[in-house]
Amino acid sequence: MAFVSSGYNPDKPMENRISDIGPRDFREFLPPVIKNNYGKWLYHEILEPGVLVHVAESGDEVYTVRCGTARLMSITLIREMCEIADKHCDGYLRFTTRNNVEFMVDSKDKMAALKEDLLSRKFEGGSYKFPVGGTGAGVSNIVHTQGWVHCHTPATDASGTVKVIMDDLFDEFTGHNMPAPVRIAVACCLNMCGACHCSDIAVVGIHRKPPIIDHEYLDNLCEIPLAVASCPTGAVRPSKVEIDGKQFKTVAIKEERCMYCGNCYTMCPSLPLSDKEGDGIALMVGGKVSNRISMPKFSKVVVAFIPNEPPRWPTLTKTIRQIVEVYKAEANKYERLGDWAERIGWERFFEKTGLEFTPHLIDDFRDPAYYTWRQSTQFKF
Amino acid sequence: MAKHKTPLLDELESGPWPSFVSDVKQEAEVRAKNEKGVEYQIPVEVCEDLLGVLELSYNDGETHWKHGGIVGVFGYGGGVIGRYCDQPEMFPGVAHFHTVRVAQPTAKYYTTEFLNKIIDIWDMRGSGLTNMHGSTGDIVFLGTTTPQLEEVFYELTHDADVDLGGSGSNLRTPAACLGMSRCEYACYDAQALCYDMTMEFQDELHRPAFPYKFKFKFDACPNSCVCALARSDFSVVGIWKDEIRIDQEAVAAYVGGEFKPNAGAHSGRDWGAFDIQKEVVDLCPGKCIKYADGKLEINDKECMHCMHCINTMPRALMIGNDRGASILCGAKAPILDGPQLSSLLVPFIKVEEPFDEIKEVVENIWDWWMEEGKNRERLGETMRRMGFQKLLEVTGIKADPRHVQEPRHNPYIFWKAEDVDGPWERDVNEYRKRHQR
Repeated sequence: MAFVSSGYNPDKPMENRISDIGPRDFREFLPPVIKNNYGKWLYHEILEPGVLVHVAESGDEVYTVRCGTARLMSITLIREMCEIADKHCDGYLRFTTRNNVEFMVDSKDKMAALKEDLLSRKFEGGSYKFPVGGTGAGVSNIVHTQGWVHCHTPATDASGTVKVIMDDLFDEFTGHNMPAPVRIAVACCLNMCGACHCSDIAVVGIHRKPPIIDHEYLDNLCEIPLAVASCPTGAVRPSKVEIDGKQFKTVAIKEERCMYCGNCYTMCPSLPLSDKEGDGIALMVGGKVSNRISMPKFSKVVVAFIPNEPPRWPTLTKTIRQIVEVYKAEANKYERLGDWAERIGWERFFEKTGLEFTPHLIDDFRDPAYYTWRQSTQFKF
Repeated sequence: MAKHKTPLLDELESGPWPSFVSDVKQEAEVRAKNEKGVEYQIPVEVCEDLLGVLELSYNDGETHWKHGGIVGVFGYGGGVIGRYCDQPEMFPGVAHFHTVRVAQPTAKYYTTEFLNKIIDIWDMRGSGLTNMHGSTGDIVFLGTTTPQLEEVFYELTHDADVDLGGSGSNLRTPAACLGMSRCEYACYDAQALCYDMTMEFQDELHRPAFPYKFKFKFDACPNSCVCALARSDFSVVGIWKDEIRIDQEAVAAYVGGEFKPNAGAHSGRDWGAFDIQKEVVDLCPGKCIKYADGKLEINDKECMHCMHCINTMPRALMIGNDRGASILCGAKAPILDGPQLSSLLVPFIKVEEPFDEIKEVVENIWDWWMEEGKNRERLGETMRRMGFQKLLEVTGIKADPRHVQEPRHNPYIFWKAEDVDGPWERDVNEYRKRHQR
């Protein structure tokens, strides 16, 4: 494995340096039918789950086949996508914000051949490489984070939980059998790199034990004032300890104030808090971002804790299935999960889904908490 | 023969959904065989070791990645995230496993020529593993060693004409929906605005000067496909001001069952015949639609721009012609003070090149936030701490009832001297002439 230089000269880093050029101009990458009809689209139709047609003023049509992906993907798989795009789509493809890949063609016949080709491709283990779906009133692909694959703060895995949830909801991904779109997100800790606080169903990794303090190393690895300032509840304070007759500058943690956000660990690697039994998942539901019918809203915690059960997280998938089934059966057409829960009342939501309401589900963090309590005799028995 | 046994991960190869485990195994095999004779610049067993360390996490229920060290490319303060394994002896292939964020083309259209070029770079100089794409929108190259960072950057900029994305306390890589390129709902050219603002603020994107991260997201209509108002500090959402255009013949076609409602989104179930009263008129949040004698009427003055009627009958109803955007600010995830959605700042702004008016709003916000924001404080938190009025003041925007859901619940108003008649400083002796102690 001999080192091969790109041309970069470490002794003269500014020599031939190119910087601040930004992304490539998107106009270079638009397929001709898209470029020709830019801003001149008339309407669209979802011909079947995962297959859309957009019709332009000119009469041009573009057929799109949408496929779910795992987000974590190899360049071998991307090469295969490129081969498909070269074969069917004149060398163009696009990805969506929800980790789908889209292949576009300009006629119905080409679309049928493309779709057949996509569905014929499977991984050696048997799973689809390019499942077609993710449109309309179904479950779309999951937006998610890195998890145990590549992150230092996760309380659960993301790629694995996504795989098992989507295996279970595969018919909902490839179908239009829900009352409205169902957007699911997985965030492996409260940093929520995927900002899943406004999803119909949000899977959020949480810690439940206070940080372990690595007293002997803390002062070398961390800025104590930053660690102290990082705590939103003021639970961290500067302190000193004596170990084997040696004094160490460190921090102390008021454990009853800790709500396990992990922000101190982000600032100070000597305060790890991950733990096999402590870590797991909070399940949140009823958020949305679209302004359609009702305003955007936050997801609400409906299950305070589900243990990590790798590799297939059976309690998690079962709980999600339970919620999805009741919502599917009971909600009105066009009604998002959160709108349905609000219409029937959250007391009914818990009754119908069979989820247990526990004190953990009552907000006690800062001012917004009060606005979630009930100041009324208007409720249902 | 796999380097590590992965019985737990192997269970993630079954089931219909694409298996990332199968995919990483496939990459491991390609690298082991190396039929193309690639001069791999990082350990060949990188994919196998990634599966190995992940299997260990599946056993331990804990991550095995350490905090990122400070690594990057010369002159930039972002775009690379340092990552080290906490069991480097067991998994030497991923001992150093840094992420490189590459700026994605707006709305993520690609030519295979470009994709092949950048993945060839990553084949030779990285793990061959990616995220398409990261949460913020970048192409994410997962895993390489420190000596390869400058080499990857050099080849990306010289051979593929593409730059790194943002990380840290920078402007993060902006993202937009596909807008006018393939959507009839686009109220402004989200892609053009996103690309223009990305290029305008390259310095902010590459060199950290902010209290914390700052995200732009551009949705071309209120359906919000990139979730701008949940996921960005500066959310630009397309909107129209005038009348929704109506094609009465097409309305009749929906009522008659000729066109499928909601573009066919509900095709998997029998919901009965389309009922325009129940499915459109009754669900309108502005209660401003009437359907009588085969004619649809909209009182546009009361329209809330929710898109429901347009989404439900896309061939009959079209967005108005007086188009622009609303700007909302301050969305963020729960860390630190709880989750926030963006709050409305500019109800309507025209979106026209060179987009100076929009840039002025951003620059005013930054001037204030860079002065007042605490370390690691998102804009939304600064807004909460300092008050929405302050944001209006620094952006020179007039208060408007559209800014609130309802007026305040308390009269604890921070009056200023200039708001009140008469002298602000008063003499206690004068006061005592009127009131005994």
